[in-house]
Amino acid sequence: MRLRPTLPALAALALLAGCAPTQSAPAAAGGDEQTGTLRVWLFDEASRAPKEAAVKEAAAEFEAAHSGVHVDVQWVPVEGRADKFSGAFNDSSNAPDVAEFGNTDVASYAQTGALSDLSGDLASWPAGKDLLPSVLDTAKANGKTYGLPWYTGVRALYYRTDVFAELGLKPPATLAELADDARKIRAAKPDLYGIATGGKYTYAMLPFVWANGGDVAKQDNGKWTSTVESGAAATGLADYAALLKDDICPPSACANLTGTQSVTAFAGGKAGMVIGGDFNRKAVEQGTVQGKYGIVPLPGTKPGSVAPAFAGGNLLGVFGASKRHGLAVQFAQLLAGPEYQEKMYAAMGNLPTLQSVQKKLAANDPSLKAFVDTLAAGTKFVPAAPGWSKIDSQNVLPTAVQQIATGGKTPAAALSDAAAAMNKNFG
Amino acid sequence: MATLRPRAPGRAVRRDGRAALLYLLPAGILLAAVLVYPIYQLVLISFYDYGQPQAAGAAPLVFLGLDNYAALVSDVQFWTVLAKTVGFAAVCVAGSLVAGTALAVLATRVRALPRMLLFLAALGAWSTPAIAGSYVWLFLFDTDFGLVNEVLSGIGFSGMAHHSWTFGTVGAFGLVAAEVIWCSFPFVLVTMYAGIRAVPGEVLEAAALDGASTWRRTWAIVLPMVRPLLTIATIQSIIWDFKVFTQIYVMTNGGGVAGRNLVLNVYAYQQAFAGQEYGLGSAIGVVMTLLLLSVTGLYVRTQRRAGQEGAAPWR
Repeated sequence: MRLRPTLPALAALALLAGCAPTQSAPAAAGGDEQTGTLRVWLFDEASRAPKEAAVKEAAAEFEAAHSGVHVDVQWVPVEGRADKFSGAFNDSSNAPDVAEFGNTDVASYAQTGALSDLSGDLASWPAGKDLLPSVLDTAKANGKTYGLPWYTGVRALYYRTDVFAELGLKPPATLAELADDARKIRAAKPDLYGIATGGKYTYAMLPFVWANGGDVAKQDNGKWTSTVESGAAATGLADYAALLKDDICPPSACANLTGTQSVTAFAGGKAGMVIGGDFNRKAVEQGTVQGKYGIVPLPGTKPGSVAPAFAGGNLLGVFGASKRHGLAVQFAQLLAGPEYQEKMYAAMGNLPTLQSVQKKLAANDPSLKAFVDTLAAGTKFVPAAPGWSKIDSQNVLPTAVQQIATGGKTPAAALSDAAAAMNKNFG
Repeated sequence: MATLRPRAPGRAVRRDGRAALLYLLPAGILLAAVLVYPIYQLVLISFYDYGQPQAAGAAPLVFLGLDNYAALVSDVQFWTVLAKTVGFAAVCVAGSLVAGTALAVLATRVRALPRMLLFLAALGAWSTPAIAGSYVWLFLFDTDFGLVNEVLSGIGFSGMAHHSWTFGTVGAFGLVAAEVIWCSFPFVLVTMYAGIRAVPGEVLEAAALDGASTWRRTWAIVLPMVRPLLTIATIQSIIWDFKVFTQIYVMTNGGGVAGRNLVLNVYAYQQAFAGQEYGLGSAIGVVMTLLLLSVTGLYVRTQRRAGQEGAAPWR
């Protein structure tokens, strides 16, 4: 090894070690003022007007009950949320008091230490006992609760009632039957995908893993490790990849579809079935399959069982640096309370997180039944580890499924690569 | 100017230097603020474990030295992606240079109206936002509803009826490369057209009188004279095409099936920035900057040497 070129490099390193990249100061401690402006961040959505109307009503009610308080609502675009929240974490003077965020972001947001632990406030909140435990779990990281579940999103199986009737099929009772039905549909109608299963549709893959009794990772003494390499998880992922075949959903068309694209294919009349969320109903209603579809819970491996669904959803959190902690918690409780959960359902079709509200709504709207039943059967969540968001953004599981589906790698090789990538991110 | 009055040479130089410094100062301050400081921070961050908790000040900084770089070069996928990026960029650069130059030559040979139409079409492609352009191309090449498949199957290529253009590795890269060439050739066209037009007519006339053929005139007069512009167009294209992000991200759904259509920029985004691992992301950024600087540096040097050798076109 030549010494001369390495010397300046070492010198430069030594020099660089002396200085450090900029960091912002740790978030300042908050306060509990009872007047002033309460800043609220909510997600901007495709058709925001009804959501805005419901929130405005809540704000007016809150301002009437608390004199000297003004509620300032800002709309955060979902795609740009990472930048907006990073900004709030880095500079607490720019942070809101209350913010809406997705429950998959909880673990990584918690790591920044910017959010308040709401466990105590939740215990003293009457509506808190009405929350589904599996939904409340999605608001937790390291045993602390960082948000009030505002609404939830679960997926179930959409199927074409006209196609099923024509072919004499019944909604599948097991995942194996689902694959058979899908094969029959494509054989009889070659221009339909048996089931639109996108290779990039993580939240459709996970129920296959959970239905087989497995999970993608396990936690021992606080340390997460991947479990996709073998056992039930490997079976589930292989079952899902088996749907990406020419006789069900050809890989050349389906291997790269995301969840939204899979639902779009179904809504456009190109598929016999799809795994879709309660939040997708509007899109399906507006498609060509309007009035020609039904929804049932995604079946498990045994007849009568339900494949555990992913418990997605949004939370209302309170920033630790908030100068009006008490007011912030009260406003979050108002929005997440039974009255406004129902109003938000009427406005946006968001599935409530409170069991009593769910039951009441399902009694009036039969198409909700499949989703409420899925929730009641028990839902699951992605690993509540900070590394999960990286695993998700690096497409680790979709890549493995795509490799299996296209024959690029054997299942064993693809899954062992996926496990290695997951473990690297869990650290 | 200082040279107008006779003065001791040493003082004049010093005075000149001071004046030059003064003139350069505003630009220098601006460059330091918007270029030097960010690059300094980028390099610095690349030596640390720097994620969102560290940026927010909630976790202590850990100095990693070259660990981020070591993680990068020991990652097999990084090398695959790098090789694919180089190949992809090379095709895009060659494609846009050939298309742009050929059309520039054509533009010098046709009448005003067709030339204007050509320029309008090129400017239209040039001014289309990358995202819009990518989606338009995706619609054209859609598996089930695309115009291209419909036309191809209509004129007898029935095998193309439901052909997926974005599925195969080469097919997807080819489609994206075509889109990139489509939106980057106009720059080459305009540059080269200006260059060819700037070649003095009398020089070409003199050469013709001396009996030089068209081929010979192009090769020995026009090409050396437009070489500086060609150099600029090439460097620009290399830098642009090496950094392609939008087209790959949109047209291949973020890197193709199982990530086989990833290029370096999308890979960096996916590995580092989407997961908020700014340290690793910065390391990729530094590597990319160094690569581009060295490629451009080499190219400029070879061109300068070639330019000096070719300074006398009538050998």
